[in-house]
This record gives sequence, structure tokens and C-alpha cells, in this order.
Amino acid sequence: MNSSSESCGEAVPGSFAAFVRGRAADGELVVQPRMGFATTQQMRAGLLAVRAVHAPAVGTITLDSYTRLGDHASADHALRRGTQLNGFPLVVHGAQATRRMLDGVVGPQFPVQVRHGSSRPYDIFATLLEAGIEATEGGPVSYCLPYSRTPLADSVDEWRRSCELLRSGDGPERAAHLESFGGCLLGQLCPPGLLVAVSLLEGLFFARCGVRSLSLSYAQQPDEEQNVEAVAALRALASHHLPDLDWHVVLYTYMGVYPRTWPGAMRLLASSARLAVRTGAERLVVKTVAEAHGIPTVADNLHSLRLATDVAAAERTVIAESGGTGAGSVPDTGILAEATALVGAVLALHDDVGTALRLAFRDGLLDVPYCLHPDNHNESQAALGEDGRLRWVSTGRMPIAGLTERSGARAVSAASLLEMLTHVERSCDGRLPHRSAPLPVPGRGDH
Amino acid sequence: MTTPPAAVPDRTPVRDGGRTPVWDPDRTTGPRVLLSSVSSDSHTWNLVFLQLLLEEHGCDVVNLGACVDDDLLLGECRRLGPDLLVISTVNGHGYLDGLRLIGRLRTDPLLAGLRVVIGGKLGVTPQTQDSHARELLEAGYDVVGGGGDDTGRLTRYLQGLRDLRVPALTGGASPP
Repeated sequence: MNSSSESCGEAVPGSFAAFVRGRAADGELVVQPRMGFATTQQMRAGLLAVRAVHAPAVGTITLDSYTRLGDHASADHALRRGTQLNGFPLVVHGAQATRRMLDGVVGPQFPVQVRHGSSRPYDIFATLLEAGIEATEGGPVSYCLPYSRTPLADSVDEWRRSCELLRSGDGPERAAHLESFGGCLLGQLCPPGLLVAVSLLEGLFFARCGVRSLSLSYAQQPDEEQNVEAVAALRALASHHLPDLDWHVVLYTYMGVYPRTWPGAMRLLASSARLAVRTGAERLVVKTVAEAHGIPTVADNLHSLRLATDVAAAERTVIAESGGTGAGSVPDTGILAEATALVGAVLALHDDVGTALRLAFRDGLLDVPYCLHPDNHNESQAALGEDGRLRWVSTGRMPIAGLTERSGARAVSAASLLEMLTHVERSCDGRLPHRSAPLPVPGRGDH
Repeated sequence: MTTPPAAVPDRTPVRDGGRTPVWDPDRTTGPRVLLSSVSSDSHTWNLVFLQLLLEEHGCDVVNLGACVDDDLLLGECRRLGPDLLVISTVNGHGYLDGLRLIGRLRTDPLLAGLRVVIGGKLGVTPQTQDSHARELLEAGYDVVGGGGDDTGRLTRYLQGLRDLRVPALTGGASPP
């Protein structure tokens, strides 16, 4: 469970990464909300509320969609009109106003991360650095293909410049932290081998750009054993490819269609906190009861942070009392082999990881199912079985045929897609027929 | 498996902007539907689902995907001459982006008469859904649908169009 033996790099004291590593050393799971408001007053109040919560939490500044797209004029217009924005318009507020907003809020015991969703993040990185923030996230693939129309080559180029900017202020007492969002591609219906591979490859891209402090992501999928196997595969690959760097694993509570009922939403959140403990993930980005209905309030987020913390603590106790070591053993269904094959095929294309990623998508060696981006082949297809496991229907041109069990599904229809997309929601809300597998209620370390 | 860089020919297609989806006149039999999000919306599951649904209702669909800015969308409408434009949005800015978009469409001489449907989560909070829907209708949308899997209004509208055999839906009008 403890990853310190896997990761050789040291986190710089007082940094985002040092906070996460410190909590992990104390046996605590760091929890993190998604949270972004239009004005500095609202944003500061939200961060102060998270800082005060009885949980080992880090703060989040989620940016709005206009800022994500570089459309600062629209963000400014909305701000001036008093129209609600779905996040914090960082660039419009600027570094000085953001620095003032964070004064007395942020420190070694309460670091913050900027979450932005941008395929062209240079202006965002410049502003956050000037505002004194050192942690952010994303990636040239994970924030390009699912969320933009930016050509992948342009995204890779801009991410390279942005990474170089991010690490330009690094020194003995400072190391900017960058998280790959690659383990979350489209949130659902992407088999875990590809999630693990893209997370690792983006982390490697950051490292080659000189970023010294990393985290690698994985989004909870419907099947518990598949999740445990996937996070273990991610750790194995990261240990091999990032031996001298400071890195940790960040888990995301299920990002697909979320339960509508209060008990369903809480059940899913709790299962992700248990999964984080079982897999030794150091940080968890939570979802809330409001997820299916709109943008969560601060109170929704605080509730989720407390619940995840309590469930994680309870899970640690259960594991300790049972003499277990956390994840235990799950069957090897080929996720590590699949991720290893993808990473190997991509890295063989070019010495430069960014160029290799671009060539891999061009040739379909990486192909994200259901991704409409013009640079994605969209020849692969995946399906969720009634047992809750993700399987490939078609692997397209990716070099992974036969490494994991194929789906028996035929072509996907609107109805079957909707069933797959809402499988977890219906399961958690108690609306699945009995023949279907229940939601991931973990085996309590008894494997 | 190691390939020297020089041996990798760069045949990266210029796909964005250069990719030119068109309706094949020999294959196009149903209503030709252009499917799109709005400029600030990065969500695509709604678009993947709607494409399948529209195809199952006999439509020929061109799916423009995420974050389609107004100029690209208007340009594709002029170029492709669809029978129907379907806008799907879930990120909470659909009301703002949708109002601006329909204003431009209805004042464009070529597109003022185009059938346009919008649906999804229109605002940041569900409380404003109904008032946003009314304003969008008044601004010029033909149909405003709800969020989630509420596609009843859309499919009834499609059925109505087919029942009427509106000429624009059956003809093979060339794009201007």
C-alpha cells in the first residue's frame, strides 16, 4: 500500500507533493473537491471552507469553460454582466487579484491545484505561476482529444512550451507539480489498459519536459477487480519508467453518468474511497450528491470530503484488523500486458515522447473509443458487460488484439449505449435487474 | 519495433478544418442532420448518443463534435445545407452560447429559415431550465428539448417532419 518504496524522488518540503506524501506516510488519503466560482470573493470563501473541513484536503480552483478555450473576452463579458460562470476565470482576474485572493488561504498545510481542462494552457500556466500557484494538471492528449478541437500536434507543442514554463521556476525549494489526466479519458467506456497507458505516457512526456513532480491518474470504472488490477499496472509501469522522480497516484471517483439519488451517490463515492485505500492511491478527487443535477455547492463538496475521509479511515481499520495488505491479489486479466504493449509501441515510434504520441494517434496505435476528435481514428470500440467489466469490441489498429478478453457485444445502438453509460447510475440507484452484477462493493480486503 | 525517425513519413492529415464531411447523394435517403455542440461545450457523450439515435430514426448525420465555434458551425451549415441542425449542450453555458448562436443564424440570409433544435442542460442550475427554454424558443429555435435522456421532443419533431414530407427533407439540394 505504501508507495514510498516505488518512488525514489523526494518531494520538495512545503510543496503540493510533499503535503500528499506526508499524509500518505501518516496513513491518510488526501481528498480533493472540484470547485470553481466566478468571483474572487466566492472562490476565496470556497477555498476557506475546504481548508476548514475536518479532512486532509487540498484545495481546487476549477476554471470556467471560456478560460479553458482561451476565450477570455467571453469570460470577461460574463463576469461584468454578473452571469454565472462554471468556474474561476483565472486569466481575466489576473495574477495579482488571484494572489490577493489566496493570501492567508494557501500554505504548506493547504496547497491548491488549478484544474483547467485546456489543450492550450500556456496563458493559464503563466498566470497561475505568477500568482504563486505551483500545482496543476491535464495533458497534451487528455485535454485535447476528449475536450477540444485543437489539432493534437498543436496541443503537444503548446503543452511542451507550457511544461518548460512551469518548471522554469524550479529550484532546491520549489518543484512545480503536474498531474496527468490521462487515466480519465472520456470518463467512461474506455478499457483500463488504454487509460493506464495514456496516463503513463503523459507522465513521461512531462518528465522529459523537465517537470520533476508528477501524479498519474486513474478514473474508477464499474468493476472493482478491474480497477485494482489497473492501478497496480499503473504503479508497475510508473516504477519502471519514472524511477528517479517524485510521483503519486490520484484516483477519481467514477466520472461517468452519476447516480441521481442521495444513497446511490454516497454509495459510489464510498466505494471509490475504499478503492483508493485498497490500491494505495495517495489522493482522491471526489464527486458529490449534486453531480447528476448541476454544479455542486460548497456544502455538497464538504460533505463528500468528510465522507470519503471517514470511509477511507474505516477501510484502513478493516484491512489492518484482517491482517491484510490492502489490494490483495486479483486475477491477472491482461491489463498490465495491454498497457505495456501500448506504451512500448508508442515509445518505439520516436525518441521524443510528444512526437511519438502524435504519430501513434495518426497511425491508430492509440485510438480512444467513442472519441469524436478529428485526430482520433475512432475505429476502436468498447462495451460494458452486464457483469460491469469493460472489454474491447474492436481494438482497431492498436497492437493489443487478444491481450484481454474480447466483448461478445455486437454493434452498439443508442439504447445499448445509454444502458452502458447509465449502468453504474442504475446500479447505485437500485434500478438494475437482479441478473446484473451489483456495483463495486469491494471485497473488504478478503481476497 | 524501433523505427528510426527518418523512416516515419509524416502523413498527418490536416483533419481539423481540412476534413470535409459531405452527404453522399447516392446514399442519402433520410433527413440530413447536422449535429453539434456549442462553442464552449466540451462534452461529447451526448453527441455520440444522439448520432446513434438520429441514425436509428433514419437520419443521415454529420457529427461536428465538441467545442464548435459559431463561425465553424455557420460555415458548415452553409456548405452542407442540412435539413435540420441539432444542438446538444450540457456544460451549463448552453443558454448563453445558444442565444448568441441563434441570433447569428436567424440574421444570416442563407440560414434564417433552417430548422434548429437545441437541447440539454441549458444553465448552470436546473432551476433556470424552463425560463432559459422559453427565451431560446423566443429567440428563434424551433424546438427546445430537456436534458438527460429526454429525447421525446426531438424524436416527435423528427416524426412530424417525416410525416409532412417537407420538400427540404427529401430533396438533394446542393449546398450553396
